[in-house]
Amino acid sequence: MKNKNLVSITDFSKEEYLRILELAAEFEMKPRQDILRGYVISTLFFEPSTRTRLSFETAINGLGGRVIGFTDSGATSTAKGETLYDTIKMVSNYADLIVMRHPLEGSAKLASEISSVPIVNAGDGANQHPTQTLLDMYSIQKTQGTLDGLKIFMVGDLKYGRTVHSLLMAMSRFNTTFYFISPEELMLPAVYKLHLDKMGLEYHEGKDLAEFLPEADIIYMTRVQQERFTDPIEYERVKNAYVLRRNMLEGTRETMKVLHPLPRVNEIHTDVDDSPHAYYFQQARNGVFVRMAILSAILGVK
Amino acid sequence: MKDKQLSVSAIKEGTVIDHVPAGVLFKVVSILKLDKVGTMITIGNNLESKKLGHKGIIKISKVFFEDNEINKIALVAPSAKLNIIREYEVVEKKVVTIPDEIVGIVKCVNPKCITNNEKVTTRFDVVSKPEVRLRCHYCEKITDRDNIEIL
Ligand SMILES: [Zn+2]
Repeated sequence: MKNKNLVSITDFSKEEYLRILELAAEFEMKPRQDILRGYVISTLFFEPSTRTRLSFETAINGLGGRVIGFTDSGATSTAKGETLYDTIKMVSNYADLIVMRHPLEGSAKLASEISSVPIVNAGDGANQHPTQTLLDMYSIQKTQGTLDGLKIFMVGDLKYGRTVHSLLMAMSRFNTTFYFISPEELMLPAVYKLHLDKMGLEYHEGKDLAEFLPEADIIYMTRVQQERFTDPIEYERVKNAYVLRRNMLEGTRETMKVLHPLPRVNEIHTDVDDSPHAYYFQQARNGVFVRMAILSAILGVK
Repeated sequence: MKDKQLSVSAIKEGTVIDHVPAGVLFKVVSILKLDKVGTMITIGNNLESKKLGHKGIIKISKVFFEDNEINKIALVAPSAKLNIIREYEVVEKKVVTIPDEIVGIVKCVNPKCITNNEKVTTRFDVVSKPEVRLRCHYCEKITDRDNIEIL
């Protein structure tokens, strides 16, 4: 993986995913290692995302690396009309690796073609966010002991949710059975169902959240946002139908975990938080170890 | 070439692009950058055609296209037929086929794509030739036949 870009979840092979997850487990055991001493990593956040940036910077600091960068293009030269091309050309002179988040789709791909150092995509608009997908996979593997043959429920906005699409693409390599639970307006796009058909995987679609929950190994919740609905009455009608409550978890598997990419609004009721099934806060913490693994694998220090 | 029906005059050497749907004739002109060609070009449009209703035809003197160049017009005119002319005779007939990759020419349908916001050449993988579905190399969104806009 040395010097590879991580722009899209499809940039890494199944073996490379597994290697990242193995490294992440090592970092979880021993999170302070001085292996990035002398390395400079640039975090370019062309749009603010405090959660993702802090996770990356905690990972870099924990491994003894140095961070340069900016957090919001409003205050930098890009606001004065500097092109992405020029910014990446300049920064790749200073840094050993660039982590970037940008509101435009395809920006990380373009940056990877311009940059002389590897690019890690920390989100390009609604397109890709591969480090989120890897941390989701790490959380699944850690809680289930395996990635193979699991029953994964994806709930909420399956039409626009990029985390759901990337996780689906990644987990489709592990013989997963999927359950897609969403309102009519936010159903999974056909292109992903075609992909699962091609892979010969079983999947189920439904509108009722409670119906199949006892089957689940993982429930992956996403936000149902009002602005996604063309009809506000429809939103009012469905908004409470996709809220997970503690009483719905009765009768589910003991090892079943609830994941969520965060931030949540109200789609997981707070009464779930102290349930043994709740895993979303640990999931966020896992992001640091996964990002340590990604950075050290690409920089070739692990 | 003595056919009285033929409304556009014959050429001695060059390429005739026939059976272009009338509505896309000027897109073909722009894809092939014929405005930059210095030799004689005759263009006929809205000619009667049994197959297409109305068709266009373009005759370009002394120009012979590479396959990868001429195939670009298959995006808008898959029905186009090429006649290669030498000494007023048709020496070769060709059809056009969509290439596997489209570089430049087409605008990405996604307004949030980096290619619509920064000066960068567009690039697409052709994921379906019969349906003309192009996947953007950058934002990964699909631009299909109905949304193809020529740059
Ligand atoms: Zn695009």
